Amino acid sequence: MSTISRVEQDPRAEVAAAIPEFCNAAGPGVSLPEEARDLLAHEHLLRSLVMRDLTVRYKRSVLGVFWTMLNPLLLMLILTIVFSAFFRFAIKHFEVYFLSEYLPWIFFSQTTVNSMASMAWNGPLMKRVRIPKSIFAVAATLSGIANLVISCIPLAIIMLIKSAPFSIAVVFLPLSFLILGAFTLGVSLTLSSLSVYFADIKETYQVAVVGLMYLTPIFYPMSIVPEKYLWLVRLNPLVHLLQIIRDPIYYGRFPTPMDLMISSLWAIAALISGWMVFRRLCAGFYAQL
Amino acid sequence: MKAIEFQGVTVRFPTTRIPFVKEWIVRKFRGTATVETFAALSDVSLDIESGECLGLIGSNGAGKSTLLRVAAGVVTPSAGRAIVRGAVAPLIELGTGFDHELSGRENIFFNGALLGRSQGTMRARADEIVEFSGLAQFIDLPLRTYSTGMVARLAFSIATAVDAAVVLLDEILAVGDSSFREQCEARIRGFHESGCTILLVSHDLASIEKLCDRVVFLEEGRIVALGNPAEVIRTYGERSSSHELRHDRSLSLGAPELA
Repeated sequence: MSTISRVEQDPRAEVAAAIPEFCNAAGPGVSLPEEARDLLAHEHLLRSLVMRDLTVRYKRSVLGVFWTMLNPLLLMLILTIVFSAFFRFAIKHFEVYFLSEYLPWIFFSQTTVNSMASMAWNGPLMKRVRIPKSIFAVAATLSGIANLVISCIPLAIIMLIKSAPFSIAVVFLPLSFLILGAFTLGVSLTLSSLSVYFADIKETYQVAVVGLMYLTPIFYPMSIVPEKYLWLVRLNPLVHLLQIIRDPIYYGRFPTPMDLMISSLWAIAALISGWMVFRRLCAGFYAQL
Repeated sequence: MKAIEFQGVTVRFPTTRIPFVKEWIVRKFRGTATVETFAALSDVSLDIESGECLGLIGSNGAGKSTLLRVAAGVVTPSAGRAIVRGAVAPLIELGTGFDHELSGRENIFFNGALLGRSQGTMRARADEIVEFSGLAQFIDLPLRTYSTGMVARLAFSIATAVDAAVVLLDEILAVGDSSFREQCEARIRGFHESGCTILLVSHDLASIEKLCDRVVFLEEGRIVALGNPAEVIRTYGERSSSHELRHDRSLSLGAPELA
């Protein structure tokens, strides 16, 4: 294992103080402050990566960024037909109920998958230029958050059309997004680091994530889950992480302290384990990519 | 002042790979999860003075590019360390940081960001880069419409336009036509005159001899010779021709142990 760290700057001359000096040495791996500093130093790259994610995807389509907004609208149309006509859960404003968790779900699943793809796609970059290797997971999370925020616009339009009530509780959403974002970043770091080493991670995860969606009460109410399996469903972190977003949007209330606490703990646990996996594996990326 | 110090740098790469999680778990249980490694560099120690132009020569797989990548900070040593003073411009395989959906001009900014340069810095350089590349009339077209040579020109123009104290050049002289190559050599000489430290990897021995102050000859990850360009290149020539001779003989006799 090894580390790239800034060593003490030469105090002899003022000119020398302006010279960035770095030490590329065998060691226990990059430390969190070093990686954070390196990320800040590459702020422009981070910005370009996010902008590229947001614009390149739609650049060659006529509707451009509007796809981000149109996508949930069209999806909503289909799913409203499927779920309200066929499944008939007695849920008022089903579209809002569904979308308030489906949009953040899309954020989580797309970001985690994108971070793995981004790592593979940008592998050649990492082999030629010294960049903080966590930048791709961070960029994927940031552009995912931006897409999530943009997709709230069509949701608001739908709520207006369906005359669903708005509540002041939506002011809580930024914090909810932050907690979900932190959790997603942690999972992305773990998955993208592992996917560099193991070719089957991505394929396996893409199947698992679909399964996870059905285990999360996104399009069905929690009340249909049999009592004896309730504890099992509650082990799913997404149940709590999405609830703190549905509460302000659909129920018009602030999240419960219990849900908030559990979501925050999941987010912290994901970040810590993500960082540990990344730190352990990142020095070997060069040989694996 | 020393611009680059390699202190006992050893780089080991895995030669086998465990591609699946399932296999890794199975091996972990059996205690066979360790992978074999091969040393691309073995205990290389080398100081490069500020303002020096150092050439790296050796046959394929001798460790030249690995040494360059340790200086660039993309390969981390398995043992030892490298200290690099000053901003680095790594010209290793041109054009890898390009996005082919973006225009040439947008790619100038994206590449600048990759090298840690701000939009403002790149805006000030953009015109100069476009001019040097000679691609003014194509610069706003998407990169996917460019030919390979045009991409190389743009990449070289960007990489050499950013201010750097240490320039790493890997086989840069192998791309482009002869006029572009002359342009490259002129620019490398320009770097040298302005006091940059240059590490140059090339199989073009004539250019190495012309441009470098000192030359390092690497073989199997170790330094074989270091010093005056003409002498080191001669050593390299003798060594490799004797290798070739041995190789030829063993081929013709069909018995390598006779060599």
